[in-house]
Amino acid sequence: MSTYLIQNVSVLGGEPQDLLLVDGVVADASATPAEGAQVVDGTGLIALPGLVDLHTHLREPGREDAETVESGTAAAARGGFTAVHAMANTDPVADTAGVVEQVWRLGREAGHCDVFPVGAVTVGLAGERLAELGAMADSAARVRVFSDDGKCVHDAVLMRRALEYVKAFDGVVAQHAQEPRLTEGAQMNEGELSGRLGLAGWPAVAEEAIIARDVLLAEHVGSRLHVCHVSTAGSVELIRWAKGKGVDVTAEVCPHHLLLTDELAATYDPIYKVNPPLRTARDVEALRAGLADGTIDIVATDHAPHPHEDKDCEWAAAAFGMLGLETALSIVQETMVDPGLLDWAGVADRMSSAPARIGRLDDHGRGLEVGAPAHVVLYDPSVRRTVDPAGSASLSRNTPYRGMELPGRVVATFLRGVPTVLDGELV
Amino acid sequence: MKRHLLSAGDLTRDDAELILSTAAELRDLADRPIKKLPALRGRTVVNLFFEDSTRTRISFEAAAKRLSADVINFAAKGSSVSKGESLKDTALTLEAMGADAVVVRHGASGAPHRLAHSGWVRSSVVNAGDGTHEHPTQALLDAFTMWRHLGQSRPGGLEGRRVAIVGDVLHSRVARSNALLLQTLGAEVTLVAPPTLLPVGVETWPVETSYDIDRVLPGVDAVMMLRVQRERMNGGFFPTPREYSRRYGLDARRMAALQDHTIVMHPGPMVRGMEITADVADSERSVIVEQVTNGVAVRMAVLYLLLGGNESGA
Repeated sequence: MSTYLIQNVSVLGGEPQDLLLVDGVVADASATPAEGAQVVDGTGLIALPGLVDLHTHLREPGREDAETVESGTAAAARGGFTAVHAMANTDPVADTAGVVEQVWRLGREAGHCDVFPVGAVTVGLAGERLAELGAMADSAARVRVFSDDGKCVHDAVLMRRALEYVKAFDGVVAQHAQEPRLTEGAQMNEGELSGRLGLAGWPAVAEEAIIARDVLLAEHVGSRLHVCHVSTAGSVELIRWAKGKGVDVTAEVCPHHLLLTDELAATYDPIYKVNPPLRTARDVEALRAGLADGTIDIVATDHAPHPHEDKDCEWAAAAFGMLGLETALSIVQETMVDPGLLDWAGVADRMSSAPARIGRLDDHGRGLEVGAPAHVVLYDPSVRRTVDPAGSASLSRNTPYRGMELPGRVVATFLRGVPTVLDGELV
Repeated sequence: MKRHLLSAGDLTRDDAELILSTAAELRDLADRPIKKLPALRGRTVVNLFFEDSTRTRISFEAAAKRLSADVINFAAKGSSVSKGESLKDTALTLEAMGADAVVVRHGASGAPHRLAHSGWVRSSVVNAGDGTHEHPTQALLDAFTMWRHLGQSRPGGLEGRRVAIVGDVLHSRVARSNALLLQTLGAEVTLVAPPTLLPVGVETWPVETSYDIDRVLPGVDAVMMLRVQRERMNGGFFPTPREYSRRYGLDARRMAALQDHTIVMHPGPMVRGMEITADVADSERSVIVEQVTNGVAVRMAVLYLLLGGNESGA
């Protein structure tokens, strides 16, 4: 096995020290002889535990023109991730043990990061009857997160049953909160701008109404609920209220909702079309505050690759979604760390420990303590870079940050002590 | 003027007044035996219609032909929404044919904007109606019609004139463009509709709003009735077509409340008996047929000004 000695690195933003990775585990650098170790100069770099994404679209099986498990996990590694949860809205849908095991196996073969498949809540994401949740939980893929993401489990009885049923294997239902009738044909955030642009509105209440219902359901049946891609100030308020009552709810925010606003829709360029949509500056502010105070538990990318032709068209015809894995950490630095809302230990919590805890991952998110699995990302917060879509490891190019200057760069990623990225390049 | 006409909001007051005065000159042409000018000889105007709209298409076609431009009518079957040929590929085809101006009607809001700003074509783009967004030449012809009746003979043109726009504002590209242009020209607009048919955020528009047509009508100089589309009738926006007619339709009784000089307008096509009764539509006050005539003149002015009106303007 390999031994890496990372010298003079700032662990979680603290005083520079050495970090030793031996046989896939974080070792005690002061006590263990580092003979034969490969040395990495960590001067000026921050060491964080390997990032965990609870919300990734890898598109395989079905849309291998947009992304594959290989390409998507390569992008993940370059973004500092050592584990991703692959969403279930593939073709075929990941609603059986067979499909989740296939995705899990493809992840193992690719080797860029660990892949944890998310199981569909309902058969075919159709929202009509429960998929075989237990079979997916018991499969080799060991599914613990279940989601119809892309669609809302809008039937209240079905949602109640799902919340109850997954308790048997400590699972969690990750809800895509979108009241379907209120969002028929919706194209962008409903507000003054949608009225002016003539684009059908996606009102905040359509998200908040489902969250309000679901936290009450979770409380009633004593289950664990996770809310995907929270995008509105009102949602933050509701989750804060539910947590205050002791409801077992967790929530995620996407990097793009921390940075971008609906004003971008005025370009009619569907590179900015995403679901839930970009909201107002007031929502962005509330999301940042919610992430800072822990109301929102984690950052999740909702990395959603789409082929060029699905974005190179008129707004209404375009697909929803944007890339996120390779820019997530930079955007968290830009929106949270640099303004002083979160320190690097906080980033490690929101992007590694907390998502691993929600996904019930034993071998991720355990920090950089001696004895923890050696999942490490080395990050240089001092540089600035201009985002070039052509430089992405993803098969798709739909990044809304094209041409934007962002802070920071992932220098290296270690998965179980072995580099998947070194000097910013895939190993 | 800008190179494209995408939104009525892009027009300055000078731009708009230049179009109206040019239209006034060109309109006289309609009364001559030979209705043709050589201004755009050798230039190509493409009518690219992704939605059926015979009246708008033939209005643009007549306008281009009276200026001696070559006209290509391109009725695209469906759009990329329905997995036909994509807007981009259609645009590239037109570009290859050497179009100088593309007049585009599309069901997706912002499609003309995409056409103009995505680098697919170099020609001027004229928005002939996009989704529920805008229809700037309709607003120009409406303003031109109002100006002939209400602005021509007084200083300031339409400054201070009051206009009511009544009906399905939420889905109306005509209402959006009219609100923007009339504001630019100094007129005062009141949008009248049931609350379900007013857009979210309308309070930030430069207009007044009202739910009560009967309170608005006596004070206005022009009243524009909007069509209520069939698909809205079952959309739950109002209980029944009859209730809509009773509360928001313009009939002889309501017409009697108008001032003597007030004109009645409709962008067409009308649903007689729904938003407007036949006796109002055919009354002395109605300028609905004249709007059509003015449409050709205004579109001539737009094409003339966008294309520079001569070879060197390219």
